[in-house]
Amino acid sequence: MARVKPRIKAPKKAAIGEVITIKTLISHPMESGQRTDRNTGEIIPRKIINKFVASFEGEEVVTFDMDPAVSANPFFQFDMTFPGAGTLKFTWTDDDGSIYEAEKKIEVG
Amino acid sequence: MNLTRRDTLKYSAGAAAAAMAPLPLAANTPEILAPSETFDEALAAFTGGADMTEGGVDIIAPDIAENGYIVPIEVSADGASAIVLFAPKNPLLRVVTFNFGPLSAVSSAKTRIRLAASQELVAVAKMPDGSFRTSKRAIEVTIGGCG
Repeated sequence: MARVKPRIKAPKKAAIGEVITIKTLISHPMESGQRTDRNTGEIIPRKIINKFVASFEGEEVVTFDMDPAVSANPFFQFDMTFPGAGTLKFTWTDDDGSIYEAEKKIEVG
Repeated sequence: MNLTRRDTLKYSAGAAAAAMAPLPLAANTPEILAPSETFDEALAAFTGGADMTEGGVDIIAPDIAENGYIVPIEVSADGASAIVLFAPKNPLLRVVTFNFGPLSAVSSAKTRIRLAASQELVAVAKMPDGSFRTSKRAIEVTIGGCG
């Protein structure tokens, strides 16, 4: 399987209390379990990322539960109130139990 | 029963494997929707059958989506604690559930979804006081994004 690569776009610096926009993209086929294999006629088993969690220093920012209707290479954009310097942590949970993680440090500035 | 060291190791390894095996699955059991689930059932699963107020949820999406595999969409509802998006004509009609935590500034999120056919999307927002709001948005899909 292609390597799953998370990508994050967030400001490096922000003022305390500022609303910042965070964009995330992760490469993943998001196999919906709805398609059939043309050669064998069998249904291709579902394999999607079903959960995405963003937290800042242990405090939840957003949790997204995904169903198969989310496009391949799921992209998300959301806003967050910047509480002070710290690290944003992102976790994506796959159907097979694998967890993909990424981090982004944001400083006060 | 006479257990040798070798036997003990063998059995305990087996028991450990048996105990471990279901764990990764149990730790991650996504709530999989049955394809037969109707819109009302899916809605009730989220609202618990509560009444909903029309309006108050913004759905930003193109009027015409040429490619049903990637339809950019943005939902927002001021102050909502969760927003769920339904595509009633998709084989699996719940699309995504956005839960907004304490650090989330504006309850808005943007993503890309698959749409099987032209349809009216429904977004339902759960407000912190336990009430629900709902809005609809019709989207014309040129090429369906399923199958």
